[in-house]
Amino acid sequence: MENVAEAQKSLRRIKARGELLERFLKLSLGFWALFVGLLFPILAGLILLYEARLAIEEFGFIHFLTHTNWDPVQEDFGALTMIFGTVVSTLLSMLIAAPVAIGIAIFITELAPSWLKPIVSTAVELLAAIPSIIYGLWGFFILAPIMATKVEPWLQDKLGDVPLIGKLFQGAPTGVDVLTTSLVLSIMIIPFMAAVVRDAFNMVPPIMKESAYGLGATKWEVIRQVVIPYTASGIAGGLILSAGRALGETMAVTFLAGNRPEIPKSLLEPFTTITVALANQFTEADTDVYLSALYYVGLLLYLVSFTMLGVAKFMVLRLEKRWKT
Amino acid sequence: MKKVLLATAVFSGAVLALEVTGAGSTFVYPIMSKWAFEYNKETGHKVNYQSIGSGGGIRQAINRTVDYGATDGPLTPEDVEKHKLLQFPVVIGAVVVTYNVPELGRTVLNMDQKAVCDIYMGKITRWNDPYLQQLNPNVKLPDRTIVVVHRSDGSGTTWIFTNWLSKVCPEWKEKVGFGTSVKWPTGVGAKGNEGVTNYVRRSQGGIGYVEYIYAKQNNLPAARIKNREGNFVEPNVRTMQEAARNARWDKSKHFYEVLTDQPGKDAYPITGAVFVLIPKDQPERAKKATTFFKWVFEKGDKYAQELDYIPMPENVKKLALEYWKEHGVAP
Amino acid sequence: MSRKTRRKLFSNFMLFLSFLTAAYGIFWLFWILGSLIVNGFRYLSPELVYLDPTPPGEEGGGLRPAFVGHLIITSLATIMGVPVGIMAGIYFAEYGRDSKFFMTIRQITDIMVSTPSILMGAVVYAVLVKPVGHFNGFSGAVALALLMLPVIAITTDEMLKLVPREMREAAYALGAYKWQVIKNVVMRAAKVGILTGVILGVARIAGETAPLLFTSFNNHVLTFDLRDPMASLTVTMFNYVMGPYHYWHQQSWAAAFILTMGVLLLSIIARVLLHRNLLEPLFYIVRSITGKKGG
Repeated sequence: MENVAEAQKSLRRIKARGELLERFLKLSLGFWALFVGLLFPILAGLILLYEARLAIEEFGFIHFLTHTNWDPVQEDFGALTMIFGTVVSTLLSMLIAAPVAIGIAIFITELAPSWLKPIVSTAVELLAAIPSIIYGLWGFFILAPIMATKVEPWLQDKLGDVPLIGKLFQGAPTGVDVLTTSLVLSIMIIPFMAAVVRDAFNMVPPIMKESAYGLGATKWEVIRQVVIPYTASGIAGGLILSAGRALGETMAVTFLAGNRPEIPKSLLEPFTTITVALANQFTEADTDVYLSALYYVGLLLYLVSFTMLGVAKFMVLRLEKRWKT
Repeated sequence: MKKVLLATAVFSGAVLALEVTGAGSTFVYPIMSKWAFEYNKETGHKVNYQSIGSGGGIRQAINRTVDYGATDGPLTPEDVEKHKLLQFPVVIGAVVVTYNVPELGRTVLNMDQKAVCDIYMGKITRWNDPYLQQLNPNVKLPDRTIVVVHRSDGSGTTWIFTNWLSKVCPEWKEKVGFGTSVKWPTGVGAKGNEGVTNYVRRSQGGIGYVEYIYAKQNNLPAARIKNREGNFVEPNVRTMQEAARNARWDKSKHFYEVLTDQPGKDAYPITGAVFVLIPKDQPERAKKATTFFKWVFEKGDKYAQELDYIPMPENVKKLALEYWKEHGVAP
Repeated sequence: MSRKTRRKLFSNFMLFLSFLTAAYGIFWLFWILGSLIVNGFRYLSPELVYLDPTPPGEEGGGLRPAFVGHLIITSLATIMGVPVGIMAGIYFAEYGRDSKFFMTIRQITDIMVSTPSILMGAVVYAVLVKPVGHFNGFSGAVALALLMLPVIAITTDEMLKLVPREMREAAYALGAYKWQVIKNVVMRAAKVGILTGVILGVARIAGETAPLLFTSFNNHVLTFDLRDPMASLTVTMFNYVMGPYHYWHQQSWAAAFILTMGVLLLSIIARVLLHRNLLEPLFYIVRSITGKKGG
């Protein structure tokens, strides 16, 4: 009789211990999940905000966004040149990358024979694995000189006199400018974009494509009129996601932008971006306001990139939901 | 066996020795780095100097993030006292105007004050501009765009260069002024003396201002500049010494002295000294730096001369030692 | 030409264009990797690893502080970032799936994966460099660890989600506690996948430059003290490429080659681990050649 009671007591103790361990585990795991996904992002933003407070007080919001004067000596800072550079280089790189990425996705999903698919996929993923400083190094040593001595003079020659577009190709072709930067940026975001679009394409229910083929559509017509409309929000989301990444790219841009704190008037002029300014000037900011102004642009970058990535995620999730229902 | 040896070679050498951290001027970087290297060989102490530009050096010295800062643009005595620092000069160098024009190779051009001023103001934009041509009657200047390169970071080299421009070019003084960082009317920005040299080297038709050794080490020509007396002077040890001859180093003024546009028939007009900043209120850290610089004063002259810098004259070194003693940071 | 043929031709034309885009992408890959291999290989030498850098202008020397520093910082970042990331991932997959709150948190984590890495450096600077008064290697490791956290968390979550429900249910049916199910069943099954995630995370931070620029900064002297500024391959490459000296450029190429090969190797290992069935035909061939039975 006692043995049973004792056995029951020890069983209860084991169970209690098990449950305690259970709760402890849930709490500690949960804490870390909360940290990684909520506390840390918020904390990071708050730290950026705190460091930027001097500049925010001094320059306000609208003034900071709309002024181009970035003068460390007079301690007058306006972020427009950097914002402009970031926006333009991102947009331009996406313009170049988007059709290529979609084309690659089409190639992988529709055209490539099954032995070629993984090879092309792997090749594109390898592009993504290359660290960004390598892109900067290669761009600076190999691509920029070619752009400066061959490509850009040729472009200037052929297009320089064309009425509107010609203005975009003025200036001394140094190879370190908007054009080269956007080109290298586009190469960097192609793999990511292609992967997202390819995954979106793979989500199209085969029956939709087969019905179209059944009606006599050509491959291209199926792609254009069935696959792409179906995955439209996924593609758009992928585009915005890649833009979000291009926004934050530092090393490749720092090597190739030319670091001139002015708004470029042509594709062949050097410029600057938020990340370039941070990379080059952070260790040299010799006054508190200067450093604070840098944190201010950093904060802006954080908020914009976070928002863009959030919007993109939302659009991609919408596509996934469609496929699941 | 080879692997073990390799591993030992990699991990050896991390002896517990005195370590001094410094940062700042890229102007002084080649010689500072050489001194650090030889100092380490002789004494085993490590000096970690980061070439981030004089602006950065000043800031890190003020913030006490490093043991010493180095700047080519001296702090005024008021600023030195305000930040509880001490300042003393360690070496003299020259800012040269260097360029890379394929058609000219290593031909040395003559430039006068107005030429340099107008180029950097963006008024002279082509190499074969008539004004430049008449300064160089024996050279056929090509029809090429001048790619103006300046510093993008806070730079003592800029300070020396723009100080000279402000002295010799009233329009520059009015419109731009001088300092470690200015609002450049035209041109592209590069980081550090290294960056400017690199940029000029890679561009076709580029012009930039750098410390003499950078041009020399990279086989770039240095222009002859017209000095106060009207002579075109080449930058070299003799012309730099001429420029430094009339300097008055006053330790009660924390050695504040500017060497641009000095009188003297053969004086090179864009000369400057490098100043070291140490924290007065942190004597242990300051002493680490003064120990290093005492070695530099005693043994560093020959290395400076090899790299075409001018060591400080003996009387100035003596003043510096007295200055350290007065402020309690003698090694 | 009938309409049908015209449509077909147009379709083939567009598909040909898509082939061109794939060729375009591969062209860049080959060019970049090719330059890297040619130039990097040319300037490779064992001295790079065990010699210290020379003063500027003097040829020779090596990148010892950079190699050692990079190893130290990356390893420390991995030690700090991986356990936390895995724990967060476990929570997302095993506990948080029914909670809308935690699913949102997971999405935020996914967003953090793509956040600009230089901002992490700025954040860590404010917390670990400014108050301390000087750059230090530890802050660099922390910045990299913070970058790693979301990556590891997401990949862990994905890998754990792949474990079939039935395995968990079987364990519960035997009376196991949740922590036993996680520890002995789910984690065991997802072991390889999680390892893959870790390898990819390490590959990613090994190539980072921006966050180190103002945290661990740089050092010409070899040091193992995390309180000192510490050199890293990437920051050194950044400084050398922007400098004027030929030998600096050559050393950057060599360093770039080593770094990229290392990162690519890690990525390939990760893929192979994940798709072990890729190797199956290889094993089959080898076995049939050697005549071993039981393939």
